[in-house]
Amino acid sequence: MDGYFHSVKIAPERCTGNMACLKVCPTEAIRVRRGKAVILEDRCIDCGECARLCPRHAIVPQTSSFTDFARFRYTIALISPVLYGQLRKDVLPRTIVAALHKIGFDEACDVACASEAVSTAVDEYLAGYRGPLPLLSPFCPTIVRLIQARYPDLIDLLIPIDSPMEIAARDIRLKKMKELGLRREQIGVIYLTPCPAKMVAIKYPPRKKKSHIDGAIAISDIYHPLLAATGDLSGNASLDGQPVTGSGLGWPLLGGQVSSLRAERSLAVGGLVDVERILDDIENGKLGDIQYVECHACSQGCCGGSLTVDNPYLTRGKILSLLARFGGAPCRDRETVRELYHKNYFSLPGKISSRPLAPLDQDIGKAIEKRRRAQEICKVLPQINCGACGAPTCLSFAEDVVLDQAVLEDCVVLMARQALSVAGSGKDHAA
Amino acid sequence: MSIEPLFCQRFEISGKDFINAGKASTTIKAILREIGIRPAVIRRAAIACYEAEMNVVLYARKAIIELRITPQEIRIQVEDEGDGIPDVGLAMQPGYSTASDEIREMGFGAGMGLPNIKNNADTLQIRSVVGQGTTLEMAIGL
Repeated sequence: MDGYFHSVKIAPERCTGNMACLKVCPTEAIRVRRGKAVILEDRCIDCGECARLCPRHAIVPQTSSFTDFARFRYTIALISPVLYGQLRKDVLPRTIVAALHKIGFDEACDVACASEAVSTAVDEYLAGYRGPLPLLSPFCPTIVRLIQARYPDLIDLLIPIDSPMEIAARDIRLKKMKELGLRREQIGVIYLTPCPAKMVAIKYPPRKKKSHIDGAIAISDIYHPLLAATGDLSGNASLDGQPVTGSGLGWPLLGGQVSSLRAERSLAVGGLVDVERILDDIENGKLGDIQYVECHACSQGCCGGSLTVDNPYLTRGKILSLLARFGGAPCRDRETVRELYHKNYFSLPGKISSRPLAPLDQDIGKAIEKRRRAQEICKVLPQINCGACGAPTCLSFAEDVVLDQAVLEDCVVLMARQALSVAGSGKDHAA
Repeated sequence: MSIEPLFCQRFEISGKDFINAGKASTTIKAILREIGIRPAVIRRAAIACYEAEMNVVLYARKAIIELRITPQEIRIQVEDEGDGIPDVGLAMQPGYSTASDEIREMGFGAGMGLPNIKNNADTLQIRSVVGQGTTLEMAIGL
C-alpha cells in the first residue's frame, strides 16, 4: 500500500490552528503549519481522538454519506451492537432494525450474532495454539495500526481470525444474492460504525485484498433519522423481527470479548495509554501466562467510539441490560460454529505487514547524530511544551528542526526571550 | 579492543523502586526505535535489559545501566552495588532462584532472569564480588 488512507481529514477552511488536536494525538502525528493543522500520514494510527476534540469540527471523519450508496439495487445496513445502546432503554434491537427499514435500507442485519460466532472461533483457535503467548485481539483497527507502527515484533500475536463485521457482511450478502438473484455488485453492505477507524479496515483490510463491506455510515450521522423513525414505531406491536440474542451483544463493551470466551486466562485493556503499557510488558516477555488480550483504543471499548452520540457509560449500562435480558440465549448452535471454524470459515491466512515509524535517518550513525542534535536543540528550548511552534512538545519540535521540517525561529518563546535580552542590553548601553 | 561508540547513555536505577522499575528499559527501547535498529534486535535488547533491570530492583541497592551503540553492536552494561552472586554458574541455571517469598508473591523470582538474558544476548559476561556487587555486560549484534 503506497501512502495511507486515513480515518480523518483536515478541512483547512474550518481549521483555526486551535491546538486541541496537537495535544491529544497519542502518536504526535499532528503539526500546525502556517496556522493550519496537518497530519503526518506515516505516524497517524486512526484513533480519531483529534476529530472528537476539535471545537471547529475541522477534522472530518472519512465515513460514507447516504448518497454514496445510490448505485446499489439493494442496500443492507450492518448494525454494530453499539447502536443498540445509543437510544432510549425501551427501544429494543428489533425496533431499531424496523426503523432502519423505514429510513430506506432494504435490509438491516445484526453483527452481534457474528460476534458470538467469532468468540467461538477464537476459543477454538486458542485451544489449538502452541506458540508464544499472549495472543492479541485483532478487531480494533487502531490497535492493529499501533502494533504495525510501534510493536512490529508483536504482529504475529494478532489472531488470524476475521472480524465479526466482515463475517456478518459476507453471510448476509451471499444470502441475499441467492434469495434475490442479484449480483455481488448490486448489493451494498453498509456498516453503521461507532468509530472512523473501521473505515480504514474496510478500505484497506489487514490480511486480505478486499473487504466484504462497501462503506460505513457514522452512528452520529444516522442517529437523528433513526430517532425520528423509532418514535413513529414505538407502541407498534406488529414488529415481527427475530429478537437479537447471544453473548455477541456484549462485544462493544470493554471486556465483552473476554467474557464471551471460554478461555480463562484472558484480560481486557482499553485506552491507548494502558494498551501501550500492556504491549510494553508483552515485549519484555511478561504476561506469558495469559492466553488472550482484548485491546481497544477507546477506554470504554467500542461503546466510547468517537462517532457515537450517547455517553459511553450510559451506553454501557444499556448494553449490559440487553445482555442480561437476551445474552443468555445463544444466537447459533456452538457445534455448528465449531464445524465452520474447522472448515476455515473464520480464518484469515494473509500476513499483516509492519509499518514502523520512520527513524530519524536510515543510516544508524546519522540517526544517532540527528538524535544528539535534537537533544542539544531541546536544551535551549523553553521546555514548556506550549505548542505555539506547531509541534506538540519541545522535543518533537527539536526533531522537526533537525529533519528540516521547522526552523528554530518558529519557537516564539525563544524569539521573545532573545528580543528581550537584546532590548535589555541596548538599555544598558544607553544608561 | 575499544571501538569509539556512536552513542553512549547512562541510566541510574534504585533497588526496591517498583514504581520506576522497567522505565530504563522502556527508554532504551524508544532510543533504539528512534535511530532505526531492526525490530527483532530491539526486542532481544529490550528483554535482556528488562530482566537485568528487574534483577537490580529486586536484589541490589542501586545500579548504573550504560547503553553503548557501535556500528556493529549494542552493548548494555549493568553495574550494581549489592550482595553479589556467590555462585554464578548456579545462578545461570534455569529455575534457580534465591528470591524471598515476598518477591515470589509479586510474580518474580522464577529463576529465569539470567538464563533469559543469556538467551537473548549474543554474549553475556558476569563479574560478581560477594558483598560488593555484580556487573553484567551483554552485547547484541546489529
